[in-house]
Amino acid sequence: MRNTTASAMALLLALPVAAQAEIRLGASVSATGPAAFLGDPEAKTIEMMVEDINEAGGIDGEQIALTLYDDGGDPNKARTFATRLVEDDEVVAIIGGSTTGTTMSILDVAEDEGIPFISLAGAISIVDPVREYVFKTPHTDRMACEKIFSDMQAQGISRIGMISGTDGFGASMQAQCKDVAGDQGIEVLADETYGPQDADTTPQLTRIRNTDGVQAVLNAGFGQGPAIVTRNFAQLGFDIPLYQSHGVASNAFVELVGPEASQGVRLPGTALLIGDRLAEDDPQYQVVNDYTAAYRERYGQDPSTFAGYAHDAVALMVDAMRRADEIAPDAIRDALEATQGFVGTTGVYTFSPEDHLGLDPSDFRMLEITADGWKQID
Amino acid sequence: MTWRNKWLQLAILAIAIAVLPLFFPSGYYYRVGALIFVNALAVVGLVILIGYAGQISLGHAGFAGIGAYACALAPEHLGLHPALSPVLGAVVSGVLALLIGRPILRLKGYYLAVATLGFGILVSMVLTNERALTGGPDGMQVADLGLRAVLRDLGWRLSGGEFWYGASGIVLVLGAWIALNLFDSPTGRAMRALHGSEVAAATVGVDVARQKLRAFVISAVYASVAGSLLALQNGYITPDVAGFLHSVEMVTMAVLGGVGSVLGATLGAAILTLLPQVLTVFAEYEQLVLGAVMILVMIFLPQGLLPSIARRLRGRDE
Repeated sequence: MRNTTASAMALLLALPVAAQAEIRLGASVSATGPAAFLGDPEAKTIEMMVEDINEAGGIDGEQIALTLYDDGGDPNKARTFATRLVEDDEVVAIIGGSTTGTTMSILDVAEDEGIPFISLAGAISIVDPVREYVFKTPHTDRMACEKIFSDMQAQGISRIGMISGTDGFGASMQAQCKDVAGDQGIEVLADETYGPQDADTTPQLTRIRNTDGVQAVLNAGFGQGPAIVTRNFAQLGFDIPLYQSHGVASNAFVELVGPEASQGVRLPGTALLIGDRLAEDDPQYQVVNDYTAAYRERYGQDPSTFAGYAHDAVALMVDAMRRADEIAPDAIRDALEATQGFVGTTGVYTFSPEDHLGLDPSDFRMLEITADGWKQID
Repeated sequence: MTWRNKWLQLAILAIAIAVLPLFFPSGYYYRVGALIFVNALAVVGLVILIGYAGQISLGHAGFAGIGAYACALAPEHLGLHPALSPVLGAVVSGVLALLIGRPILRLKGYYLAVATLGFGILVSMVLTNERALTGGPDGMQVADLGLRAVLRDLGWRLSGGEFWYGASGIVLVLGAWIALNLFDSPTGRAMRALHGSEVAAATVGVDVARQKLRAFVISAVYASVAGSLLALQNGYITPDVAGFLHSVEMVTMAVLGGVGSVLGATLGAAILTLLPQVLTVFAEYEQLVLGAVMILVMIFLPQGLLPSIARRLRGRDE
């Protein structure tokens, strides 16, 4: 008798599952390797969000089946995994590409096979020229430069010294900043670089200090380099402002530099960083604080800006799937492109056939590190 | 190696390449197959250097990088057809190997390993830092070969994966054929002689320096062509291709499969290319499993998988 009941129960339970289709979502991020500081929080975010969405009933009753690969930051592996996602796992959409290199490898496959893809990497070349199936959530380096330069203009600064890391992020931002500087009336008088492993940047900073007329210093880079630059900057006793990039917009940076040396540093960041200081009527208040709370509860730490890129990518994709006529790559792509005013942690996204990034420099918030934390200054 | 043995090895390789697609459940397997062939090609080059001539190189990814970036740069800057760029890459790699090989091949053992290591790192640094030319660490786009379009016009529609599976398979068979021919040629015998004993080889009239250099240049050309094929099929290239880890990976593949055996090298490349794909579920333990496999092979099958297994099959007396 008990057996029969159990079988009947099993049958009852199994039926809805069998009848229920699942939505296959693919992801390839650099959870290990040199870009793990990007990919690890991204992977955590994607896993967490998909689980939460499934628990809340999925998308119109359909569960999301996530296939997540770790490409270790290697573009060659990323391409193989992208091929695997499309050909073998038969996903309807892909999220990932923590670095520009891995993104460029994945987007080739996505374009070839017609699968919508949201990238988590910064380079402007990902969405310029616009590719039919490729979108991205992070600001470009160029926008960060524009944001920083407009703050400089407002402060009456027009001649600056730059110091940049030679890694991918630093080198790319250095080139973009020098490219847009002229348009905003900024003159780059000194242009120094440092290696990503360098333990001291005093000589480069000294050269900048000895350059006549420099009114501010801009440091393009992420990782430990900017922390060392900031400390050296304080040790050398500069009396001009220091601007950092969005690459170091995290509490970990302040901890690394120390409270004293980091004071007064200005940088463009996202709302995610100042979640608890946002006004309650701020459009991003709800989404930023919900996400931060969920992430903190699950992983015991604050989400980084990069994790926020992954959050927005998943949220945008799920939103597009809900609006799409059917769960098929082309329908999802069309819905994604029609996204209007979607509020994420990074900014408010509005995609169009000509714009697959959907943000502008105003989505950045200019922040200053003060004695009691981050302060928005624009 | 007998005449029969040579053709047997080639036949096994060619038939495996031709028959395997019948069992492929999806297009993804073509991609993995193509990657295996590209890696195997570079490893066959190392078989000539390490297995035949008994020299070591920890910098061969440098040559792969040169081959890869030749395909990215030559069409853009020199207006060279993408199909000819691998040839340019091979020539540049060969000449460079000739120039640097002359001084560094005087070194032996660890010293040679360190010198080649230095070369690999130099190439990787140039590719990373010459941002204006190479796009820096973000990498650069590689022009399409255009051969697929030609085939399509001839009425033969191939997907990217299928095309590159076939193309790299054919190049691998060619590469293996050349390597197997070399084995029994006077040059091959001279290389193997100096592997056994440099003094003895010199005594019987082998120009030791010349033969070492020859093996180095040939293996550099193999690595370069492999790098070119990788760049062309990926359509995008970053300095990772020339990285130190890639060099180590190549040597590991050669040693795992059996460093004196062309077929063994292919097997080694296949295993090490497949493992990360099989182990995605245990991604965190991937390095652990790779390391354990290497240690076990070194302890129990010191000649590499294929030669050790072949010997066991034939009986120990041989």
